[in-house]
Amino acid sequence: MKKIFKILLPISFLLILWQGVIVLFDLPHYMLPQPKDVFLQLTTQYSLLWEHTQITLLEILLGIILGSIFGLGSAFVLLYFKRIEKYLLPILVISQAIPVFAIAPLLVLWFGYGMASKIVMTVIIIYFPITTACYDGLKNTPKQWLQLAHTYKLSPLQTLFKVRFKASLPSLASGLKIAVCIAPIGAVIGEWVGSSKGLGYLMLHANARMQIDLMFSALFILIVLTLSIYFLTDFLTKKFIPWASHLH
Amino acid sequence: MNNNFIAQVKNLNLNFKGKKLFENLNFDILENKSTALLGTSGVGKSTLLRCIADLEIENISTGKIVLKEGTNIAWLSQENSLYPWLSILDNVQLYHHLKGNKTKKTLRKAKELLEKVNMSEHINKKTYELSGGQKQRIAIARTLMQDANLILMDEPFSALDAITKIQLQDLTCNLLKDKTVVLVTHDPQEAIKLANHIYILKNQPVTIEDAAFLEGTLPHKLTNEKLWNLQDELIFKLQENDKRSNI
Repeated sequence: MKKIFKILLPISFLLILWQGVIVLFDLPHYMLPQPKDVFLQLTTQYSLLWEHTQITLLEILLGIILGSIFGLGSAFVLLYFKRIEKYLLPILVISQAIPVFAIAPLLVLWFGYGMASKIVMTVIIIYFPITTACYDGLKNTPKQWLQLAHTYKLSPLQTLFKVRFKASLPSLASGLKIAVCIAPIGAVIGEWVGSSKGLGYLMLHANARMQIDLMFSALFILIVLTLSIYFLTDFLTKKFIPWASHLH
Repeated sequence: MNNNFIAQVKNLNLNFKGKKLFENLNFDILENKSTALLGTSGVGKSTLLRCIADLEIENISTGKIVLKEGTNIAWLSQENSLYPWLSILDNVQLYHHLKGNKTKKTLRKAKELLEKVNMSEHINKKTYELSGGQKQRIAIARTLMQDANLILMDEPFSALDAITKIQLQDLTCNLLKDKTVVLVTHDPQEAIKLANHIYILKNQPVTIEDAAFLEGTLPHKLTNEKLWNLQDELIFKLQENDKRSNI
């Protein structure tokens, strides 16, 4: 009961604030629709919203999976090839200084209007937090765990997968939790720049036709989607890495 | 190699972060005896132990450590050496787990060892639910599971409270009485209690002094005047060395 109250309280507060702003400033419908209009769109246009949600969800999930694979691979390379680390690490940092919005049109040009450009965009956005989190975890494996592996005469590959990788999981989980929150940004930006499907596309489409309530309902679904993926990731990391919170 | 020695450190020179840490270290480790490497904090005791375990190979400039043929090394470090993602039983069978050759026999032995270290009733707990002393008991069982003939202990009791420390010191002596042990410690009383042979490490660069050889069954009880005097002597030497290194 307490948990439900904890969730309902901030939501109610936001809804009251929203409605209060509309009444107080006498905002027209095309500027800020009423919460009840957005809710109406969610119930009447659910098949349209669901059609576009599936596309965005798929882009986000594929982006997260591919970004995690690339991130993990890069972290392994950085750890074991010190010469590469010297050059690759600064490139990684510089890559984060380039705004993703700026390269979105290029990605659409290179990878087309389909799903690929959105997935690439998502991969680019999450690649850095995943790589750095995993690399830090691999690098900071407690020395006593490595000493044991050494006295057991484990090969470097065995040490990597059986000790270092396991030890890096808490750090990787933190990186993943950040990544899943920012992954939808990549997918939506990609859809804004060029697409014919997805929630980002639907938002632009609705905006152009002054269907602001539909645009808000798409935005609402995007928020729910992001929160759901985040809480699912949090639940899974706690379930499969229960020892993470007891490390120190 | 003389048959009484399990390891001989010969003219060992080691550089650490561009600084000469060891200069021409020479000493022997006697087989089936317990040897203590005593020194103040930061003098390089653990580094020396890591040299013996072949963990500092990239820093050794000249000299060598000769181990008797067929020597197997087990490593017992300070608290938190258990792998938290493994169960207690898998931690005890760690060597077999990591090598992928766990059997019913190793499982049976692990359970026996857990009983010896009084941890049978905690078998279903997670490692992170254990206290520091309980974790060290598991680590001792894991060390015994390896069946090594040279056991290197890097201040294994330093993070424990006084009572747990005494309990585990006695338990370790009891379980490792036939093994060759090298113990790193900064505590002269612990060195006297747990070792037959005591070396003092002095800095800088580190040299080593053969400080004492004590016969008798371990743990040594500090009940006679001779051992009290030895403790005073060791403390005096450590203090002298500490003063010199602070000048």
